[in-house]
Amino acid sequence: MIKVEHVSKNFGKTHAVNDVSLTINKGDIISLIGPSGSGKSTLLRCIHGLEKIDGGAIYLDGEKMDPSDKVKYRKQRARMGFVFQHFNLFPNMTVLENCTLAQIQVLGKSKEEAEQTANEYLQKVGLQEKKDSYPNNLSGGQKQRVAIARALCMAPDMMLFDEPTSALDPEMIKEVLDVMKDLGTQGMTMIVVTHEMGFARKVGNRVVFLDQGEIVEEATSEQFFSNPQSDRAKDFLSKVMYD
Amino acid sequence: MFKAFDKVFTLENILYMGKGALMALCIAAVALTCGLILGTLGATGRNSRHVIPRTIANLYVTIIRGTPLLLQILMIFSVIPSIYTAITGKVLRIDPILIGMIALSINSGAYQTELIRSGINGVDKGQWEACETLGLSSWKTMKLVILPQAFKRIVPPLISEFITLIKDSSLISCIGAVELLKSAQVLGADYFEVMSPYLLAAIFYLIMTIVVSMIGAKIEKRLAVSD
Repeated sequence: MIKVEHVSKNFGKTHAVNDVSLTINKGDIISLIGPSGSGKSTLLRCIHGLEKIDGGAIYLDGEKMDPSDKVKYRKQRARMGFVFQHFNLFPNMTVLENCTLAQIQVLGKSKEEAEQTANEYLQKVGLQEKKDSYPNNLSGGQKQRVAIARALCMAPDMMLFDEPTSALDPEMIKEVLDVMKDLGTQGMTMIVVTHEMGFARKVGNRVVFLDQGEIVEEATSEQFFSNPQSDRAKDFLSKVMYD
Repeated sequence: MFKAFDKVFTLENILYMGKGALMALCIAAVALTCGLILGTLGATGRNSRHVIPRTIANLYVTIIRGTPLLLQILMIFSVIPSIYTAITGKVLRIDPILIGMIALSINSGAYQTELIRSGINGVDKGQWEACETLGLSSWKTMKLVILPQAFKRIVPPLISEFITLIKDSSLISCIGAVELLKSAQVLGADYFEVMSPYLLAAIFYLIMTIVVSMIGAKIEKRLAVSD
């Protein structure tokens, strides 16, 4: 579905992502993990085009993603939903308006149609009763679930999550992971940058371990957590897993 | 000092001054609105990636903020008719009120450029990114997401800009526009005593500015619903 080929991204002299190649198939739930500064968020942002890549190419169903071909590029990006660490909900709009804005403005749906879709997904994330609230009156976990619903309203083929639970209080992490797990079981293709090893292990089917902008290890979740191959992955896991 | 106090404070004179006060309010409102448009354009220019709009906007702000408002009023008062005469050969007589509105709009636009720019730049860049991932064009992002949030931030400074404009509208009395201060001067000439009409004018200015800031506080409270 997505093919990342020799992608590089530099910030000044630092190689945030260095010659990374990766294939994501339909239905995959890929966890990008690694120490902070390893380039996992940057890689995710490059895949969606939030960061311009400095080298290599990204293919979506065999077709290159090329920012200079604006019409096609926009359509390609529209197939991916993106969820941010800090939610980025629109504070001046209600939950419902957050979910309908792009449906109306980008997909050209009527207000009624958009609201129907929005209600459907808000129900899915368990927040339909909050539809008239403003984001600042919600808890962190609720905000993130709204953000997921907002992305789903655009009917994407895959979802990209950039540390979706890192800004949450501990007791709110599960409610967000549960929503993501449901999505996964319904067959949504997902790429998740995460520090939640339990999620990566139980819900994700593959793990990509990055360090210093490079892929160090790529394996099925079970393999990676029970029998990591590289020293760096072993070292990382010994630090983050508390048994 | 207030020799003609009882003669000045009659209903007729108070109504006359009230008309001047309404005129001042009207001038300030026009300047605020036109300034808002100019300021939005200016802010867009200053934030632009292209060098030409950026340079024009920078020049505009630098020149207007760097020269006295009174001088700007006097210059516009003499420049517009002489350009008209140079082009058409005819003499142009424009209402000094209109000149005053133009001058104050241009002046306020420069201040509002900076105000709006800081409002726009104060909106979290995550908002732009969220719109980008949802497929919204940058124009729609600006119009539907960024500007509403920016304007909310600038409501308090915008209210004080309006108050400044109400007071600054008194400057156009020097080109013969009959607004509040000029009305006071007219009465002063009638009664050979300026202090009483000036006092009356001051009361009118105060009432207007106090009411405006009260309305401003109400609007702020209303906008805070989503906070």
